[in-house]
Amino acid sequence: MTDPLVIFDLLLALAIVALAIAALSVRDLYAMIVLFVIFGLLSALAWVRLSAPDVALAEAAIGTGVTGALLLKTLHHLRFASGQRSACMTPAIPVPTGVMLANAAFCGLITLGLAVAFLGAPAAGPGFDALVAGAMPASGVDHPVTGVLLNFRAYDTLMEVVVLLAAVVAVWQIERGLSDAPSPEMGEVWQGFARLALPAIVVVGTYLLWVGAEAPGGAFQGGAVLAAVGLLLLLTRAYVPQPHHRGIARGAFVLGTGVFALVALLVAGGGRVAFEYPLDHAKTLILLIEGMVTISIAVTLAALFHGREPVALRKEVRHDT
Amino acid sequence: MTPDLIYGVTGIAVFGIGLVGALCAQERLRRVLALKLCSVGAGFLLVVGAWREPPDTPDPVPHALVITGIVVMVSATAVALALIRRLQTLEAEDDA
Repeated sequence: MTDPLVIFDLLLALAIVALAIAALSVRDLYAMIVLFVIFGLLSALAWVRLSAPDVALAEAAIGTGVTGALLLKTLHHLRFASGQRSACMTPAIPVPTGVMLANAAFCGLITLGLAVAFLGAPAAGPGFDALVAGAMPASGVDHPVTGVLLNFRAYDTLMEVVVLLAAVVAVWQIERGLSDAPSPEMGEVWQGFARLALPAIVVVGTYLLWVGAEAPGGAFQGGAVLAAVGLLLLLTRAYVPQPHHRGIARGAFVLGTGVFALVALLVAGGGRVAFEYPLDHAKTLILLIEGMVTISIAVTLAALFHGREPVALRKEVRHDT
Repeated sequence: MTPDLIYGVTGIAVFGIGLVGALCAQERLRRVLALKLCSVGAGFLLVVGAWREPPDTPDPVPHALVITGIVVMVSATAVALALIRRLQTLEAEDDA
């Protein structure tokens, strides 16, 4: 009990739970998002403590960074769309207190059941450790998480890229013809910051992709960091999406999925199972897939942040069909 | 007391808080955020399940699953937020 790290773990766990409660109970929606971002970063720290640096990187970059940016953009849009009215309107019919209490009671019961199940579960049951460790020499990479993502369970990862593709298609459809809230002026300090930060972010993102073969990192973390470049460019208006860029954007969206599926089919065509890469070329193929997937993830996440499909019409003109 | 116990209980608490928020919160943005809290809580449990006593390396399969889950969650969040933006714009036009 005198281990200082246990005290650190306890404090961190308390802070995470307190931030989760605070984010859901604070009145101001902006404060809610800021509290959520702190919550996400502390969760990432907790996952580092659980020796899961890959997951921590993904959570910090995608789960907290990109999600926080999406939430802030939506809040800005809500405040703009509702004009003078407060964005945190209560619905016309407030939920009765009894219903709320019943909901809370049932949630408490479910949580209690989960806690009992967790505490009663056999500790450290046999996982996939031995299987993965045994198969690592055949994977073409040295980092187990990358090996699992891109080789042993590559179907999962392929479908994950497809989900991202589906999301950007859905967002473009939903926002078709929607008038956009003008983005806020960022000021000169921001412009200078962007100029300083952009090259550094590009280097960090590419490094994360490259190092994924033998250390924590990889396509998703690198892609999210590169997506931050897109966000900075969009916010500083250094890049304004034009309608004739749609073709390039669409190409970038499907690039990752396309190359991933193509490699699987080609490998399968050579008398093997899909994703059973030939050992001599495994690392090359995995890096090719990761590189293309990274480009797709970066462009897709930036497009999800931008939201509306760039169309050739002024803000006043609605294009409802 | 080991980190897996501490963070396992944390994950369950975060999941429960998110569940209450998703059912009871009034604003749409807060509901989406509550669901995100649920997903983080679930991620905690998977990462805890993969944890091994320090000399041993953790199980990489749940780690890969959580990374997949994080990316799927950001996709779902982006679509939900786009729907919220669309709804709000339509409501503002109805009021005008």
